Amino acid sequence: MKLITAIIKPFKLDDVKEALEAVGVQGMTVSEASGFGRQKGHTEVYRGAEYTVDLVPKVRLEVIVDDPDVDAVIDAIVAAAQTGRIGDGKVWAIPVESIVRVRTGERGVDAI
Amino acid sequence: MEINAGDTSWVLVCTALVFLMAPGLALFYGGLVRAKSSLNMMMMTFIAVGIVGVLWTLFGFSISFGDSGNGFFGGFDSVGLGELLNQLAVNGGKYPIPALAFAMFQLMFAIITVALISGSIADRAKFSSWAVFVGAWVTFVYFPVAHWVFDFGDDQLGGSGAGWLANRGILDFAGGTVVEINSGASGLALALIVGRRVGWPKSPMKPHNLPLVLLGAGLLWFGWLGFNAGSSLGANQLAATALTNTVLAGCGGLLSWLFVERIRDGHATSLGAASGVVAGLVAITPACGFIVPWAAVVLGLIAGAACAFTVGLKYRLGFDDSLDVFGVHLVGGVIGCLALGFVATTIANPAGKNGLLYGGGWSVLGTQTLGVVAVLAYSFTVTLVIGWVINKVMGFRVDEEAEVTGIDLDQHLETAYDFSAAGGGALGQRTARATHTEVGS
Repeated sequence: MKLITAIIKPFKLDDVKEALEAVGVQGMTVSEASGFGRQKGHTEVYRGAEYTVDLVPKVRLEVIVDDPDVDAVIDAIVAAAQTGRIGDGKVWAIPVESIVRVRTGERGVDAI
Repeated sequence: MEINAGDTSWVLVCTALVFLMAPGLALFYGGLVRAKSSLNMMMMTFIAVGIVGVLWTLFGFSISFGDSGNGFFGGFDSVGLGELLNQLAVNGGKYPIPALAFAMFQLMFAIITVALISGSIADRAKFSSWAVFVGAWVTFVYFPVAHWVFDFGDDQLGGSGAGWLANRGILDFAGGTVVEINSGASGLALALIVGRRVGWPKSPMKPHNLPLVLLGAGLLWFGWLGFNAGSSLGANQLAATALTNTVLAGCGGLLSWLFVERIRDGHATSLGAASGVVAGLVAITPACGFIVPWAAVVLGLIAGAACAFTVGLKYRLGFDDSLDVFGVHLVGGVIGCLALGFVATTIANPAGKNGLLYGGGWSVLGTQTLGVVAVLAYSFTVTLVIGWVINKVMGFRVDEEAEVTGIDLDQHLETAYDFSAAGGGALGQRTARATHTEVGS
């Protein structure tokens, strides 16, 4: 099993959600995040004073998938989240040792 | 003379309008600071309402409008307000309104003036020290200065009891010196005493809620109509003139501040609109009852543009006047007071004077300059002393950790917003209830 984490532009969340549903992903966790990469931040002006806002708003999306599905899911996220402009985000996968569904106590792949 | 229902209604309504400027200012200032100190910012205004209301009744009205004969300090012969019951208002001439209506109208001016100062020391002042400052400042600065300018004595006693600047014929319809220059100079002095915020000016300290700022600015403008037009103390032509000029100067300030921003920074901002309105209103405050409408538009335009430039001075000079009390109220107040030397006209007010553009001499500008310099110097100096003493005796600032964590939590044991799902926010009520205990148990 793998935990796939995607940092994407907030306005792309709906597209990514639809793409994940299309490849059979049944659940996900979404949280608001902020950060920056090569995009850096932007400036805002208040009463003539410039403020550099280097942490820009992002959405962090997490799904746990069975090993054979990893590439398909990552491809779906990347395709849906891509605008081609700087700041599109990152997607990565890391191994998951164990997983339990709280309601039933099921473990492993059954709990995904 | 009998009480006139129209005049009395107007002054009572205006009193309520000016009162609304206090919560309006609290919203304006509260939105301008960071979320973690917004409650403290608003509380600085609310505590001023409580303290000044009581002090005004005890001795404030007496110091401001009492008859001591020295022109500087009204004395203590009418403490407690009780003897004003069943009297008509007297300020120069006699007005067909209850003396208490006049006293309450003037109270609101004292409240808003000291509350304005709080913007210069946002995010970092100990609440107790601020409360002590409010009491000391109105006693030693506001009440005397109001006496200098606003007290016209009693004509029937040969003008006895008038303030020294009023005696010299200063033109200040609603408080360009008493309210605006007074708060602006004091704000600068207090910012110097209290010092910069941790991280200023390097770390960004941007406004946390601009809709609150716009709502606050709107309420201030609304209340300012009563502030200025009520200063006629009657429902008459002068009130209509003052109200017209107040509307127009706000419009002028709004437009010119946005124009400067669009040209200089590339964008017209909502904060610029709110700030421009206030700058225009500040400048028209002394002038609203002495000038014709076109001059109000021009004055608003000049004040909005000038303040849009001067608010940047603090970064060059290195003083953290956090919400620009100096840059807006002192600068706008000076512009408005001095402008009267040029555009005051007896066409607008037969009891006024003619400035240079209307064939008057240089004496009007001279008197205005004297008033500006006297009030600026007095309030700056005395505020430095009051602030210095409070800082020595009880300390004016919260410690650095409290300031960085958030002054709301440190000084009030509250936070302004809780949108988080965990720990007692919108979705966490059960958790909050489960851990609720009575204070002290």
